[in-house]
Amino acid sequence: MSPSLVFLAIAALAVFGFFLGRRRVLAMEGTRIRASIHSLPSYYGYYMALWCIVPAAAVMALWFVVEPTIIEGLVLSAMPESYRAMSANQLTLVMADIRNFAYGNAGTRTPDPAIADAVRNYHGLHETGAWIVSIVGACLGVAGFAIGFWRINPQMRARNRVERFAIVVMIIASTIAVLTTVGIVGSLVFESMRFFTKYPVFDFLFGTQWSPQTAIRADQVGSSGAFGFIPLFTGSLLITVIAMFVAVPIGLLSAIYMSDYASPRLRSVAKPVLEVLAGIPTVVYGFFAALTVAPFVRDAGSAMGLDVASESALAAGVVMGIMIVPFVSSLADDVIHAVPQSLRHGAYGLGSTKSETIRQVVLPAALPGIVAAVMLAISRAIGETMIVAMAAGLAANLTFNPFAAVTTVTVQIASLLVGDQEFDSPKTLSAFALGLVLFVITLCLNIIALAVVRKYREKYD
Amino acid sequence: MLATDTQTAAAPHAAHGKRVKMKATEVEVYYSEKRALNKINLDVREHEVTALIGPSGCGKSTFLRTMNRMNDVIDGCRMAGKILLDQQDIYDPNIDVVQLRARVGMVFQKPNPFPKSIYDNVAYGPRIHGLVRSREETDAVVQKSLERAGLWKEVKDRLHEGGTSLSGGQQQRLCIARAIAVDPEVILMDEPCSALDPIATAKIEELIDELRTNYTIVIVTHSMQQAARVSQRTAFFHLGDLVEVGDTAQIFTNPNDERTQGYITGRFG
Amino acid sequence: MTDIVERPQGVASRGAALGVHATEEAQKRLKRRYASEWRFRAYGLTAILISITALAVLLWSIVGQGYTAFTATTMSLTVTVDPALADPGGKRAQDDLRTGDFQGIARAGLRSVFPDVKERSDLRALYTILSNGASDAIRDRVLDNPALIGQQITVRIPVASDYDMYAKGFAAKTPKGGESRLSPKQIAWFETLKADGKIHSSFNIWFLTSGDSRQPELAGVGGAIIGSLLTLAITLAIAFPLGVMAAVYLEEFAPKNRWTDLIEVNINNLAAVPSIVFGLLGLAVFLNVFGLPRSAPVVGGVVLALMSLPIIIIASRASLRAVPPSIRQAALGLGASRVQVVTHHVLPLAMPGILTGTILSMAHALGETAPLLMIGMVAFIVDIPSGATQAATVLPVQIYLWADSPERGFVEKTSAAIMVLLAFLLAMNAIAIFLRKKFERKW
Repeated sequence: MSPSLVFLAIAALAVFGFFLGRRRVLAMEGTRIRASIHSLPSYYGYYMALWCIVPAAAVMALWFVVEPTIIEGLVLSAMPESYRAMSANQLTLVMADIRNFAYGNAGTRTPDPAIADAVRNYHGLHETGAWIVSIVGACLGVAGFAIGFWRINPQMRARNRVERFAIVVMIIASTIAVLTTVGIVGSLVFESMRFFTKYPVFDFLFGTQWSPQTAIRADQVGSSGAFGFIPLFTGSLLITVIAMFVAVPIGLLSAIYMSDYASPRLRSVAKPVLEVLAGIPTVVYGFFAALTVAPFVRDAGSAMGLDVASESALAAGVVMGIMIVPFVSSLADDVIHAVPQSLRHGAYGLGSTKSETIRQVVLPAALPGIVAAVMLAISRAIGETMIVAMAAGLAANLTFNPFAAVTTVTVQIASLLVGDQEFDSPKTLSAFALGLVLFVITLCLNIIALAVVRKYREKYD
Repeated sequence: MLATDTQTAAAPHAAHGKRVKMKATEVEVYYSEKRALNKINLDVREHEVTALIGPSGCGKSTFLRTMNRMNDVIDGCRMAGKILLDQQDIYDPNIDVVQLRARVGMVFQKPNPFPKSIYDNVAYGPRIHGLVRSREETDAVVQKSLERAGLWKEVKDRLHEGGTSLSGGQQQRLCIARAIAVDPEVILMDEPCSALDPIATAKIEELIDELRTNYTIVIVTHSMQQAARVSQRTAFFHLGDLVEVGDTAQIFTNPNDERTQGYITGRFG
Repeated sequence: MTDIVERPQGVASRGAALGVHATEEAQKRLKRRYASEWRFRAYGLTAILISITALAVLLWSIVGQGYTAFTATTMSLTVTVDPALADPGGKRAQDDLRTGDFQGIARAGLRSVFPDVKERSDLRALYTILSNGASDAIRDRVLDNPALIGQQITVRIPVASDYDMYAKGFAAKTPKGGESRLSPKQIAWFETLKADGKIHSSFNIWFLTSGDSRQPELAGVGGAIIGSLLTLAITLAIAFPLGVMAAVYLEEFAPKNRWTDLIEVNINNLAAVPSIVFGLLGLAVFLNVFGLPRSAPVVGGVVLALMSLPIIIIASRASLRAVPPSIRQAALGLGASRVQVVTHHVLPLAMPGILTGTILSMAHALGETAPLLMIGMVAFIVDIPSGATQAATVLPVQIYLWADSPERGFVEKTSAAIMVLLAFLLAMNAIAIFLRKKFERKW
């Protein structure tokens, strides 16, 4: 018996309950004198259906969340002594192996006997668990059905109860966003703390050397990988600055031209172009940067006698700038449109030309909004991963030369966590510390920008 | 009937000995396909206040905006006929609209100071038109304009505060000062007091009367009392037609057209 | 106001009959002002042209490099299915047949076409034309019909990538200074086959249906497409209901208090959190704490759902807000409950906008790569996934993987995979635009 089949059965029972509840309340009304039904009959149906399905579904969902932890604990306790004595890190690997075999993801390897036993145990426990949860679920479904049936009477305020339930569900849905933030902050802080017990915070934040590769073996006591954040930060900054030099003027001027000058025909071409640019996945920009722009920049540079790295910051920055153009332009467009028309008319009424109106009245009025837009764009550029992962380098050079290869925070996070991870080596954990710093930087930029935007909106509303 | 009205209205100008500053002939305005104004003929005389009155939606604001081509910035707005400013058609292709608006300034219904300081608001026009070359000249123009707008005493100690920090009536006088600073010949006012309280309104009305000595003023108003108080001549618009134009006293005491009669006695509008 | 009356009339600069705005100097100034007006316009136009050019170059470079991947160079090879090689045991059992030396059969078939080639090194060079797909094709035929053993059959097999590239004209364009990967002899053999009419060029159906491979000529995006669809289905199933419910609550029911303010700020900030941070969340929470399988679409789907959720909530709220309050009041006035007002009136009216926002956020999720790298969807996976807990990869990650491969054949495949991805995105956006146009309502 599989839990999903049981669930389907309960769902079918709930549908049946819906019709039954509706019928029941109508029938009850007929038997009583002066009885009138409080709610529409279908609400009694919903009431019954909810009683039937919600408790059962909740218990079954809970089981699927906790199941792996319970089963793995049981599997582990049943394994030979040698395994139980392993370090937490090795155990994670063993567990991953067992999981791979159990899910059939291990390919054609043959497991060693202890593992094979564990896999069998895993399967057995999995099956037992499925049985238990199926039976419990089915019981709850039937019990809920009975309770719902028994409680229905025409005086019951079925609509209010169903609606209250609906609102509770909506409240839960709206807290998911908060839970996500809590999850992000929690996991980043927790893993970063583990990193900082192995590597001093101060050295991380102010170190100028980044070379995680030397610390690759966890058992090298006192392994001397250098995790200095500064070169990554300057790398991110360099590429971001280049991107902004491309994105801000182009985005802003496009927005101005589109809103005040462009003929409908040009607008009907340029608007979709910007939308397409905004919709292109970053991995595509990355491929474009690595395969087309970077060689072009290198060749152009060497033609001018410059020494340009093949993974230059310039190429990645320029492509990232192109990616951000539509973002800047759409934000700037909103901001420019929020400037009241009466200000433009005031300027025209004094005999301003269009560009004078824009430069001397509209843009100054829109300045806070534009600053906020640029901050959001910077936050986006700093957090962008794929373009730099594909077009920027891995070597952490502390330089502001746009022709040199630099690496960024995001590239390092990606390269540290792709492939095998060891959750007790500073190398893997450092990625979370980088993630924490990245999160804090972008969060600050976003909060300030959103506050500025809100203030700006209030001014003209 | 319309023709005779405007004829009779236009005739007395020689008798008064005042020069015609702006002259509208057969002006029609369309918004997309909808006609907003029908063949308007109107003379605006120098150093007089001409009031345009009528019920809302009658086209008086539209007509006002044709006089410095502010309708150009509205999409789908089209106009026919002629408007002369000192014998020159302002819709002539050779006329530069920027220059025109410098000569025919405008004050809007809602005060719309730029989000700059009081000083910069007033200095803006002279700066873009290159009327000032030095800081001293700018200071002088700003002071003079604010004085004329009757605002100098109130703001002279806070010239570098934001223009939006002023009260509504002050803001509107700031906008008038801003318009004066460009040194226009004609000032168009589109219901300049509709957003203001009675005290602020009284101040602006007083100001309009004083400005008449230097400028030619056309004011749109929905208040007949205001028209009676500030204007020398009054034009009554109704449903896109110019029904009647004449000396203010005559329009309010002895109108020729029964629609005018009906409007000023409050039967509609 | 008395000060106005006292001071002399007229601004000092006034007095010339023409007025300050008609002097020659004014004309000159005007000319300068219009010149700067013109320059400003030119900057704006240039900015737009740069965007258009950038898009054109990007698309041109990708289509130019990728369109050839949709044709495959194949070879007709006639081979004799030698029983000694195919089924040395002679039992014709399926399991035995699977391990037969079909590579040898294919090589023998190739030798029979070129009987003159005898030298060992030459033979080795000749065999390079055979892709790994050759033996698979013969094996499949024989497994289908064991009676073919001992007979002569003709199979259509893909040629190895280097020859494919040569046939498509890329080998001639090797990077300057670099040698062609094919020797003159190999090229001559290939030309012989071509002259015999044994080389064909046909639509590359494998590319769309098969999984990844180390051989460019056998690699396809089929597995990645399925992986993307599975992932996206999970994302949609989680993010859409949660997003709509949260939006309805915040817009229609939530009291204005600190808690709802906190939720609002949270949602706005989450929408701007870098996507890679969501990947870290997925790794730390879903893989390490909950022990969900690595590389699985289920985890990818959940991570992308959390990422899309704020976007869907923001779009849905905007759409709900656009429904005029008069409709709510009308329904409330008839005695409907607040939940009924929402479910009967507000939500149906807002639905087109909500769907548009959802589709656009799904398109965004489809192109997302970085968070999926964190949760291991970056593995080399040959099999096409059949369930949401199986190891899989998705289209953008496949692109990322192939982009790293040095072979020329993979450049073509990468570009083609991008074309497939863009086609999906284009379709989704077209649906969104259609919805918006069809149900657009002006209140």
